[in-house]
Amino acid sequence: MDYFLQQTINGLQIGFVYALIALGYTMVYGVVRLINFAHGDVFMVGAFIGLYAIDRGRLPLPVVFAAAIVGCALLAVVIERVAYRPLRDAPKIAVLITAIGVSFFLEYFTSLNQVFGPNYYSFPRPFEVVSWEIGEVTVTNIQAIIFAVTLSCLVALQYVVYRTKAGKAMRAVSHDHVAAGLMGVNVNLVITFTFGLGAALAGAGGVLYGIAYPQVNTFMGFVPGLKAFTAAVLGGIGSIPGAVLGALIMGQAETMTSAYLSSTYRDGIAFLILILVLLWRPTGIMGSPRADKV
Amino acid sequence: MKKTIAFVTLISGLLAIGAPADAKEIRIGLITPLSGDVKTFGESVRNAFDIAVSEANAAGGVAGMKIVPVVVDDRNDPTEAANAANLLINQHRVKAIVGSVTSKTTIPVSDVAQTYRIPTITGTATNPKVTVADGRRKDYMFRACYTDSFQGTVMAKFSRETLKAKAAAVLYDASNDYSKGIAEVFRNTFARLGGRVVSYESYGKDDVDFSALLTKIKAAKADVLFLPDYYNKVGLIAKQVSEKGLRVTLVGPDGWDSPELVKVAGKAIEGGYFSNHYSPEDTRPEVVNWVKKYRARHGKTPDALASLGYDASNLLFDAIRKAGSDDPAKIRKALATIKGFKGVTGRFTIDKNGDPIKSAVIIRIENGKQKFLRVVNP
Repeated sequence: MDYFLQQTINGLQIGFVYALIALGYTMVYGVVRLINFAHGDVFMVGAFIGLYAIDRGRLPLPVVFAAAIVGCALLAVVIERVAYRPLRDAPKIAVLITAIGVSFFLEYFTSLNQVFGPNYYSFPRPFEVVSWEIGEVTVTNIQAIIFAVTLSCLVALQYVVYRTKAGKAMRAVSHDHVAAGLMGVNVNLVITFTFGLGAALAGAGGVLYGIAYPQVNTFMGFVPGLKAFTAAVLGGIGSIPGAVLGALIMGQAETMTSAYLSSTYRDGIAFLILILVLLWRPTGIMGSPRADKV
Repeated sequence: MKKTIAFVTLISGLLAIGAPADAKEIRIGLITPLSGDVKTFGESVRNAFDIAVSEANAAGGVAGMKIVPVVVDDRNDPTEAANAANLLINQHRVKAIVGSVTSKTTIPVSDVAQTYRIPTITGTATNPKVTVADGRRKDYMFRACYTDSFQGTVMAKFSRETLKAKAAAVLYDASNDYSKGIAEVFRNTFARLGGRVVSYESYGKDDVDFSALLTKIKAAKADVLFLPDYYNKVGLIAKQVSEKGLRVTLVGPDGWDSPELVKVAGKAIEGGYFSNHYSPEDTRPEVVNWVKKYRARHGKTPDALASLGYDASNLLFDAIRKAGSDDPAKIRKALATIKGFKGVTGRFTIDKNGDPIKSAVIIRIENGKQKFLRVVNP
């Protein structure tokens, strides 16, 4: 029982990390209908900003988070302006391929010696790790911070999207951006805001990830990005609680497969669950079906 | 068709003019990771290669030829490594290659070298497949280090007999030939010596969260945890081992040999043991001389990778001297018949597979430093 409980907590940690990234994917998709493949790499940039802020700047933790959040938001706004906006009316596939291109660009450009460099860097922990033993189960302060940050981001997002004017504009653009524009919504501004907000989450996620797994490199965003994207699809892409739910299911599926079967099957089982859920509900667990307008 | 032939002849004629016609030079390539996840490995080998080349050239070159080194970075990426080998052979026209550093990059290099029949010696790639694959000897491939099966056996014996471990857990990278190879040998040997392997688990190259596996290993109550991987990953795993409150002795192979390991893992790696190729604390004159030379030139103590890179380069130069020619086939023949060569990392006799017969050392990590424990003979 203790074993099960401990593995559940392990799974929650991975799940919440995926959730932070998945939230960014799902938000951008919800508003712009774009799978932003560069999201995982923005997350990587967040981790590096965190690294520099802690290692060189010796800044206090809240300032480190603020720096990563602002840095990533700015980066995403630039990416949107330069790479995606010119393709707003182009076929979906063109934008998708551009997103993959941006992703590669970020990975390889930042791995140049003049930028972050191609090596693995150890991420200095801004605080000591404390483990609490509750019976046979260990919980660390890092896990507690990850749970707290992800849950507050989820609540804050829900608030922004459903309770503020900006959120109302986002939902309007999501529903029909032409009509929203005709009603006086500044569509470009809303889209920029959405990208910035999603990237801010990725920035916070990058710093958290660096603290939890203290090693960073410029290709670190690829795998978590892919897993988080899968989680977002599983939960129903476009749905905010869906992204978190999908990420938690992914985290548990991976952990439990490693715990009770074999680590070799881990990714296989996680993706099998994805396929089964999509067969049963093509829009994901909490996704809403949307009729394509012809 | 005729036109094509004429064109090809013309082009090759031009190339012949462009190629180094001076017979007093021999181009030798080095493939090594100067960036990426095992950067410190690559830099050590490059430093060692530089020293070996300048020494040989200062002594009048090899067989009357001046060595022209060509260094290529493979980023520890198998595809890049194959590209590097092609580049060296087909564009730079090297006559022999030193490299690469890890097994996963040296295996693709070996296939290219074998195709073009260019003698290649790696200082450090320990996987058996580097020199022999599917029972077929790649006769242009050689190495200056012992193989994984020897390493896995040494550490399994050490865990069972010296550490008196009853139960062992193994955690390896399923996408890495080096890691997989040593893990298998360790598991088989440990079981043969009467121990129990209670957990045998794998992870992927990009994994960073090992909590599920470590919780499982904790529940299996292992005494030793064998981690056959490179320092970056081992550091990350070691940290999580201590965070999860596991009480196990960490044991590993030569991939641990980097100052970065202690930087990443900190206290978590204290008291760990790993097998290595040499120790700078050894008092043989070859070792003392080499450590002095390397310190004078690079300002630090050479690690095992540097020492093996130095031995590999010198084995190759020795073979070229014996061959008395830059003909790759003759160099290959001379390499295959080396006997009793005195290197930094031991005495070399090349066996029929192109692998040396030599000893290993065991190192313990104490107060963040590597401490020489003992020599183990084959």
